[in-house]
Amino acid sequence: MSNHTGTHAPHILPMQLYLGVGAALLFLTVVTVVVAQIPLGGWNLVVALTIASIKALLVASFFMHLYYDHKLYFIIFAIGVLTLSVFIVLTMFDTLERGAVYDIKARPINPKAAMYDKPSFQGQGAAVHGDTTKAGGFAAPIDSGTTKHDSAGQAKPSGH
Amino acid sequence: MHNTAGGHPAHLQHHFSDSEQQASASKLGMWLFLLTEMLLFGGLFAAYSIYRAWNPEMFYEAHKQLNVQLGMINTIVLITSSVTMALAIRSIQLNKRKIAVRFLIATLLFAAVFLVIKYFEYSHKFHLGQLPGKYYTFTGLQGANPHIFFSIYFMMTGLHGIHVIGGMGLIGWMLSRTTRNHFSPEYYTPLEMTGLYWHLVDLIWIFLFPLLYLIG
Repeated sequence: MSNHTGTHAPHILPMQLYLGVGAALLFLTVVTVVVAQIPLGGWNLVVALTIASIKALLVASFFMHLYYDHKLYFIIFAIGVLTLSVFIVLTMFDTLERGAVYDIKARPINPKAAMYDKPSFQGQGAAVHGDTTKAGGFAAPIDSGTTKHDSAGQAKPSGH
Repeated sequence: MHNTAGGHPAHLQHHFSDSEQQASASKLGMWLFLLTEMLLFGGLFAAYSIYRAWNPEMFYEAHKQLNVQLGMINTIVLITSSVTMALAIRSIQLNKRKIAVRFLIATLLFAAVFLVIKYFEYSHKFHLGQLPGKYYTFTGLQGANPHIFFSIYFMMTGLHGIHVIGGMGLIGWMLSRTTRNHFSPEYYTPLEMTGLYWHLVDLIWIFLFPLLYLIG
């Protein structure tokens, strides 16, 4: 039984739907730019990510047809989102709380990099000067003990 | 229209029982590929989260060096290209090949506009020395480690840009195949898969734009 005409399980969506979703995406783009100009502290990131997630959901549901397709494709998509969330959230637990366990000393990957000789890096406490040859002597610019508290509101995982 | 040979459409591979099974298999493979793409970018999103959490002030100061207008125009361009891509597939579903060709050309043009704008953004940053890691020579930013922001900026937008270039190659190929009458309402799987890929590229930019350009 080969049904040649109905082979592709066609869900031909109306033109207006595509244009409507496109318009909604453009509108949300403008909204996210406008909201970003209003200082809301840590909420700026929350609002920006919420709007981005709504836009992503619109693209995935209608342009990528997940809303109409077999559930299996949505499950694959959801597994991706979930895996990434777990990956990023657990990483953040580690990197943000590490300072509570032991003293963190960030080391430059290459302490002799030309970057550290640039004027912009002088006198910031972050610089390793040319005469320092051992990475171990590097003073950490990242003191998670102090940044931990400041960044708590902004350190949300980026989601997708 | 069916290109039948012994009762089977020409596009149907012998190891599938029917066209529907073949199309579902393709789509499953494509979604698994898109899953790996999400995880590929996910590593960079994780790096972004870690460094932004460690350096919130630096990220805020450094992001002001990006041009929000250009970023917003590029977002609009990419969303519009996603709409034209979806409409190209819709046109093939309705057997309107010539209209599909026009939508594919439009998609290709929008992708090119995106890259041209990106080129101007990049060349401006190259000129100022706002470059990744040890190549960073810009002196206009105070505070520690602004080069980290630009490392992440260039890696994320760069990987995305490579995907846009790859997408243009695919769309160009699909454009050529559509003009050569390879697709019909019965068979347009390659076009549909290209569409899925292109929408994912759009989807990733939807997150990159606020995270890089709109740090509150």
